[in-house]
Amino acid sequence: MNRQAWDISIEHLCGGYDGRLVLQDFSATLPAGTVTTILGESGCGKTTLLRLLLGLNRPVSGRILIGGRDVSAMSEAQFRKMRRRFGVLFQDGALISSLTLAENVALPLVEHTGLPRKTLRDAALRTLELVGLDNFADYYPGELSGGMRKRAGLARAIVTEPPVLFCDEPTSGLDPITAAQMDQLLLDMKACYPDMTTVVVTHDLGSVEHIAEHVLVLRAGKAVFAGSRKELSTASDPYLNRFLHRKFEESRRMAAPPLDSAVRGALAEWLDD
Amino acid sequence: MNEIITPVLNLLNRMGEMALFLFEGFRQTWHSRRLPGKVLRQVYVIGAKSMFVILLIGLFTGLVLGLQAFYAMSMFGAQGMLGSLLALTLIREMAPVLTAIMIAARAGSAMTAEIGVMRISDQIDALEVMDINPVGYLVTPRLLSSLVAFPLLTSIFTVVGIFGGYLSACVLLGLNEGRYFSGIESSVTLDDVQGCCLKAAVFAVIVITVCCFQGYNAHRRSDGKGAEAVGNATTSAVVMSCVLILMADYVLTSFLL
Repeated sequence: MNRQAWDISIEHLCGGYDGRLVLQDFSATLPAGTVTTILGESGCGKTTLLRLLLGLNRPVSGRILIGGRDVSAMSEAQFRKMRRRFGVLFQDGALISSLTLAENVALPLVEHTGLPRKTLRDAALRTLELVGLDNFADYYPGELSGGMRKRAGLARAIVTEPPVLFCDEPTSGLDPITAAQMDQLLLDMKACYPDMTTVVVTHDLGSVEHIAEHVLVLRAGKAVFAGSRKELSTASDPYLNRFLHRKFEESRRMAAPPLDSAVRGALAEWLDD
Repeated sequence: MNEIITPVLNLLNRMGEMALFLFEGFRQTWHSRRLPGKVLRQVYVIGAKSMFVILLIGLFTGLVLGLQAFYAMSMFGAQGMLGSLLALTLIREMAPVLTAIMIAARAGSAMTAEIGVMRISDQIDALEVMDINPVGYLVTPRLLSSLVAFPLLTSIFTVVGIFGGYLSACVLLGLNEGRYFSGIESSVTLDDVQGCCLKAAVFAVIVITVCCFQGYNAHRRSDGKGAEAVGNATTSAVVMSCVLILMADYVLTSFLL
């Protein structure tokens, strides 16, 4: 597949959960071979968009074209075949809790190839080394920190060397140093696989600053900006300005404490008890 | 009228979904990779890990049956039939039913909770995007291993139950050992043993299907979300398994007798 093959076009997409539309008439293009970050406030539809792209949820209407092929016109089997070319890092890594890190990373290879165990383990160890976790290969996900689980999730996502990589909030909940390491990891990945189309859902502006080549900003289920990082920094839209400079909405300011005297009195009684 | 029809339709819908889930579970036998290793692991989880509780329940069931039957049959001077009564009761009814209920409570509940947690923590979605069929990965090995583990554990339950009956009737109450064992030998036929194995296999399919289905669909429950949904799914799985085991037992017994 050539570089151009893995661009993603979304046309008039509507989707959501249980009859509630989160994305409405959403259109955007994610260029091939670039790192696209999808930005937006919590609940604006970033993860919903990702789930629709991955085929985990079905769109109500609209089209998704991946590599020029209309996903909604594909049969289940055709889409599953295409999805083999995706690597996905879920929010908390979504590692299988009953498997060790090495087994987790090797899982796609174990299930889809007939390679001998030693070859599979070596491949898993080399990929874990890439994310700095080769010393934790025999640990279970429950024994690791959130950052380590995310890095292991990334290792599993790239072990098949996919041409398209999706990352759902790879730096959320991480300390600044670990978050920076995660960003660097994505950049290193980009250096190793220059043709890889990477889609990163985030609301971490620091990450955007470090890794984004193309930025898509969502607001209430619609795309309000699509362009380069430089274009984003010079955008004059008041919402983008507020978002980028972490300015709050005046209407959401706390005018008075939310508790009334009855609740405060009961609390005081409990605290003094 | 709607209050009656809607729950009935929902129940039928659920049953249909469960039947398709079971079908997919067996269908994946031909598509899953490295299945023997996964099945062996599940035989250990479902079978070997349930051994102690089955030994315990089997022994005490035999002890109680021996005790009760001895005094009941003494009233008619028919203690000599105790071995037959105990063995037939165990082989035809008690062993398959109690074994299945115990496994549903021990391994089935754990299965529902494990799959339910995997569902709410995106692990099943992760399997899907890796093009690993979640039913083939999670359910098929459990289904196949249960077809081995349930009959084995039922057999162990029966043997230990007969030994428990021997302890209470012969060792504690003084019944002649020869009469006890010759009664078993003369009354138990191959058909009884085959019926016992058939029941164990049917109960295995029921327990695994119900428990895996409840965990797999924990995110669709209307009575809770997240951890609460997993808890409710686990309760439903055990209750539904027990009810279906008893219902299936009645149907099977009607045909086997």
